[in-house]
Amino acid sequence: MAQALTNWFQAPGAQFALFSALKILCVFSVLMFIVAYAVWVERKVSAAIQDRRGPNRVGIFGFLQPAADAVKAFLKEDFTPAHVRKAYYWLAPAIVMIPSLLTVAIIPFGSQLGHQKMVIADLNVGILYTFGIVSLGVYGIVLAGYASNSKYPFLGGIRSSAQMISYEIAMGMSVVPLFLLAGRLNLGAVIAYQAGGWLDWFIFKQPLAFVIFLAAMFAETNRLPFDLPEAEQELAGGYNVEYSSMKFALFFMGEYASMAVSAGMLVTLFLGGWTLPFAGLDQPAQTIAAGLLHIAIFLGKMLFVVFMVIWVRWMWPRFRYDQLMDLGWRRFIPLALANIVITAVFLWWKA
Amino acid sequence: MEEQSQLAQYLPVLMLGVLAVAFSFGMLVVSVIVGKKGKRSPIKDTAYECGMLPIGEGGGRFSVKFYLVAMLFILFDIEVVFLYPWAVVYREMLKQNGGLILGAMLSFLGILFVGYIYAVKKRAFDWKS
Repeated sequence: MAQALTNWFQAPGAQFALFSALKILCVFSVLMFIVAYAVWVERKVSAAIQDRRGPNRVGIFGFLQPAADAVKAFLKEDFTPAHVRKAYYWLAPAIVMIPSLLTVAIIPFGSQLGHQKMVIADLNVGILYTFGIVSLGVYGIVLAGYASNSKYPFLGGIRSSAQMISYEIAMGMSVVPLFLLAGRLNLGAVIAYQAGGWLDWFIFKQPLAFVIFLAAMFAETNRLPFDLPEAEQELAGGYNVEYSSMKFALFFMGEYASMAVSAGMLVTLFLGGWTLPFAGLDQPAQTIAAGLLHIAIFLGKMLFVVFMVIWVRWMWPRFRYDQLMDLGWRRFIPLALANIVITAVFLWWKA
Repeated sequence: MEEQSQLAQYLPVLMLGVLAVAFSFGMLVVSVIVGKKGKRSPIKDTAYECGMLPIGEGGGRFSVKFYLVAMLFILFDIEVVFLYPWAVVYREMLKQNGGLILGAMLSFLGILFVGYIYAVKKRAFDWKS
């Protein structure tokens, strides 16, 4: 029996599956931790900006607040109003959550530990997988709006669908120049291209692409200044008005998870991923310590971006809907197209 | 490590997918089990509209603009997907036949841009009126 187990373990396929499972569990727990504490940071930052104290009752500095919130969300009444479309009403919160968890699969969160590459799935279609999964995120919110069978959620859902698909185009176009330069869709290759110096980072090589991608990222995650699906003052909360208890909490967890994951995406595409351009930190790690350091660098950059997203929310007013559409379709798309053409012509001229 | 087949690369994605689905639906089920059980009442069952009694069905008619955006999205999104294979092979092709690969995509983007200009002129993106 033990012999059979050892044999099984030594088969390469089994090892691959085992290490994948380990990586998935680690990434998933870290992501959930970030989601929980992003909410806490958000409340603390907003409190500091608005000259309040924020949560400070549960634990030191309110540090256990996320746990208390989770318990509360579980224990509240899970009420399904009579007028909703039941099946979709149940599906919607899960469909918001699942894509944001799936996108994390291809983000390289470190170079390597031992011989294991620090990415869940090293797909060669890379970024296309991301866009495919991100597109699914629209369904959850639209479905929530439709399933609620009520006016505010319906308006929130329909607005959100138009907003998210509009900015998806700008987002997709903005990163094309990156792949013109890097030559491969694999995100590991994109990071390898950015190794070597500060100026090799795409934020400096493709600043226009960075600006468009950043704005589209805000729009895709429904964060202010693009949070029209929620728009508390007009829609009283938008697509999630009819939801209660854990279903409501799942929408929020989905939003924060997709915020964290798109921050990771931004870091990978534009800020050099796990690399730092000195002390040899831009080459794959040879030792375990260096591997851990790379993961720490990635997490540091990612948390910085998450903090920035939170900060922006409490500093900016919301766009009007016509301004939002104008910005997406009439400003970003021509700019992104021009950026592609300029990059292509530049490469051609250089060759 | 030996070369993995293309399909085997997706095994971790599948595992993550199973975890994501189990997690999301698990949360929903747990909340039903441990959550408070309340009474129903006619008022509780009405759609929420800030305390006013709702008039008419939820989700009635909405602007035709949204359909327009959806159609334009499909057109442009497909064109974005076409850009990726080109972007990947671009630098390789430049070494062999630079004018061809650049010209091919410039003409494609040109046609795309004419369509875009048409949509702008038809006020498809104008949400003020």
